[in-house]
Amino acid sequence: MTTTTVDVPKSTLSRIIAAGTHQRVLAFASLIILLIGFSIASPNFMQTSNMLAILQATSVNGVLAIAVTLVIITGGIDLSVGTMMTFCAVITGVVLTYAGMPMIFGIIAAVLTGAICGACSGTFVAKMAIPPFIATLGMMLILKGLSLVISGTRPIYFNDTPGFSEISRGSLIGEVMPALPIPNGVLILFIVAAVAAYILNRTVLGRYCFALGSNEESVRLSGVNTDRWKIAIYALAGAIVGIAGLLIASRLNSAQPALGLGYELEAIAAVVIGGTSLSGGRGTILGSLIGALIMAVLTNGLRVMSVAQEWQTVVTGAIIILAVYADMMRRKKSS
Amino acid sequence: MTHLVEMKGIEKRFPGVHALKAVQFDLKPGEVHALMGENGAGKSTLMKIMSGIYARDGGEMFVDGNPVSPDSPRAAQDLGIGIIHQELSLMNDLTAAQNVLIGREPRRSFGRLDEAALNAKTAEIFASLNLSMDPRTQVSTQTIARQQLIEIAKALSYNPRVLIMDEPTAALNDTEISELFKVIAKLRADGVGIVYISHRMDEIKRIADRVTILRDGAYIDTVGAAETPLATIIQLMVGREVTQSAPVIPDTSQNPVALEVRHLSRGKEVRDVSFDLRKGEILGFAGLMGAGRTEVARIIFGADPRDSGEILVDGKPVNIRTPHAAVEAGIGYLSEDRKHFGLAVDMTVRANIAMACMAQFTSRAGVLNETAMKDIADKYIGQLGIRTPSDVQQVRLLSGGNQQKVVIAKWLLRDCDVLIFDEPTRGIDVGAKSEIYALLEDLAAQGRAIIVISSELPEVMRLGHRIAVMCEGRLTAILPGGADVTQEQIMEYATQRDTASRFSEEVL
Ligand SMILES: Nc1ncnc2c1ncn2[C@@H]1O[C@H](COP(=O)(O)OP(=O)(O)OP(=O)(O)O)[C@@H](O)[C@H]1O
Ligand SMILES: [Mg+2]
Repeated sequence: MTTTTVDVPKSTLSRIIAAGTHQRVLAFASLIILLIGFSIASPNFMQTSNMLAILQATSVNGVLAIAVTLVIITGGIDLSVGTMMTFCAVITGVVLTYAGMPMIFGIIAAVLTGAICGACSGTFVAKMAIPPFIATLGMMLILKGLSLVISGTRPIYFNDTPGFSEISRGSLIGEVMPALPIPNGVLILFIVAAVAAYILNRTVLGRYCFALGSNEESVRLSGVNTDRWKIAIYALAGAIVGIAGLLIASRLNSAQPALGLGYELEAIAAVVIGGTSLSGGRGTILGSLIGALIMAVLTNGLRVMSVAQEWQTVVTGAIIILAVYADMMRRKKSS
Repeated sequence: MTHLVEMKGIEKRFPGVHALKAVQFDLKPGEVHALMGENGAGKSTLMKIMSGIYARDGGEMFVDGNPVSPDSPRAAQDLGIGIIHQELSLMNDLTAAQNVLIGREPRRSFGRLDEAALNAKTAEIFASLNLSMDPRTQVSTQTIARQQLIEIAKALSYNPRVLIMDEPTAALNDTEISELFKVIAKLRADGVGIVYISHRMDEIKRIADRVTILRDGAYIDTVGAAETPLATIIQLMVGREVTQSAPVIPDTSQNPVALEVRHLSRGKEVRDVSFDLRKGEILGFAGLMGAGRTEVARIIFGADPRDSGEILVDGKPVNIRTPHAAVEAGIGYLSEDRKHFGLAVDMTVRANIAMACMAQFTSRAGVLNETAMKDIADKYIGQLGIRTPSDVQQVRLLSGGNQQKVVIAKWLLRDCDVLIFDEPTRGIDVGAKSEIYALLEDLAAQGRAIIVISSELPEVMRLGHRIAVMCEGRLTAILPGGADVTQEQIMEYATQRDTASRFSEEVL
């Protein structure tokens, strides 16, 4: 009688993947490898100015990714963050340039506008039971249209508000430590990340993010007012998008109403690379931050190596698929 | 005396189903009131109305004599009514403590969580349940039984005055059930009123004070548990007499071997398991929860990889690595966790039954033959007595027991030579249970080889021609079935921890 003995092959790769408790570890490792790889490939890559450029380039996408992370953990998705960011910037333009109010009102207006837009999306999703994909797709178009209408399709410049561009481009840290001129935009990114991570892991709101994404019906049956919390989460995400609106407006010293589409996909890509599960219930802010950094490093590194723009896009797409595949492998192993 | 809860003339209709027809129910403080009835009788629906999940279409409800209409789970909780749902409803990505205290997390200022207090409070509740579990354990890593215990802890954390338990023991083993009954006794002594739903008839005698019986959505009777014989209760439930046919054990020792398992191992869960199964034979698998029975089944079915060992079907070695390959080789597996693995709950009864053999209903052009699917679905709905308004009802809307029947129908249709049933009658009423037993025996008589895994010893003993007993991943004995074996014998082998593994060879 012939027999076959089945030994399950254990590839080294999958074992490494299984060893990391979070894809974060994996994402972080990839980031390091990318940094090392590019610095070997090009001596210009590791220069301080280039590093700062990468960080600066991460700031807007990073903040958006943090906002989307919150929504994705609840099991939802937010496609409107790109145009919402622009809308917030345009409203800031209206407040500062059209109405000539002091800068602080422009800042408040951006964050508040984002929060209100987010609350609207949240209401559509929670109260009207519209799937998040559709609700935020609608919001994306509404806000894009409104930005164009309000601005008359022309950019709104902030030349009358001196100091507005400092929000992103100035460097508070650089004033204290001239050797480390980290731009404020990057500082803001890290502050937003820290606060969001705190909210996610230490507050009731964060707890319900995970709970909703894990088993919404069960949360509802536990007597939690799920609708209210969901709206709150979307609103918080919106407020964070408002901050991204400020950052981009400040960087361009103008609100560009035609800008915005495509940013949402970049943000979602960063979130996914960072190991947040699109089916909800799992995810980290740190992961999304690293995801955004990976994307910026990739774009920058390939540019420094003079790879054509078109190919950069191809590589980014491949990275996303690889990242999600690695995540699936890990989950299969651990279950 | 005033009743804790009283419900009168309760009406509830769903599209196509008159689920409750003028049903009455009452609960006194400090009593265990069992709610009995066949699958789909309306037990869960009545309790969902009591706990604010469904709104009633008619009738009245009183708490402490005051009319109430709880319109949300929250409102019911405020009235002191808590419920443990039939289907597990935990948040898998959260920890045990986070689940138990969901909605009532200890907070500090600005909505910040007090994680230490959360864990401490949960640990306290676990201790009162005699449950040794770290509150920080992630729920998804726990077995169904332990998840059930978390669910119970969660319900208790509300300090309810009324506690509804909808089939809490369906996934528990005997020790865990005794543990639960101790908790129930304690709650009863504290004056809590408990509504208890179960299909395990023996439990009714053990803990219930009164029994209310529903049939087809109608109120039948309320009787005292102590003075009413089980046979009477069953008769009231089913509306006719259920005759338990005495099992006949056919001689299958000369039949060809259908499935041979040799030295199967996987980590600590399955250690060197060998057995064979002949055509026409029912092999029962007994053992405590976590003994590795399901794991063995999953490995045979290709759902989990094995470290070593071989599997032979009809004498030929097969290399099964995926469930698909297993089905191709003629092996079918009915999962114990029907919601996760057995059913597409959002699809219709018809689609679910046809799921495992779509090819049979597909024309060469790839078009589905709905008429043929309907005929088959209707046939099984009739044969298994699945209570559904039609074959296009979403499975999600069926009662728990009827969902289980849909899973069985699906695999019956697949017509495998080797069928593995993992807890086939979990949550199934007495009437349907004996129908399913008859069905399994029928399948065996037709020459199929059948494995039945069950935590209910009487079930394994009733069905098994031979009984395989497992403990801690090892096969500790294969005993003859029928009258020759006693519960004590099986339990002895089921608790035979860590004898040398040579034992399994000795018995074979
Ligand atoms: N949401 C719903 N929509 C439509 N029909 C429903 C719904 N909930 C329950 N039903 C139907 O109402 C009837 C009663 O169901 P219920 O769940 O109360 O039965 P049960 O007595 O708890 O049965 P089991 O013992 O199987 O759990 C069944 O026919 C079921 O199909
Ligand atoms: Mg039920």
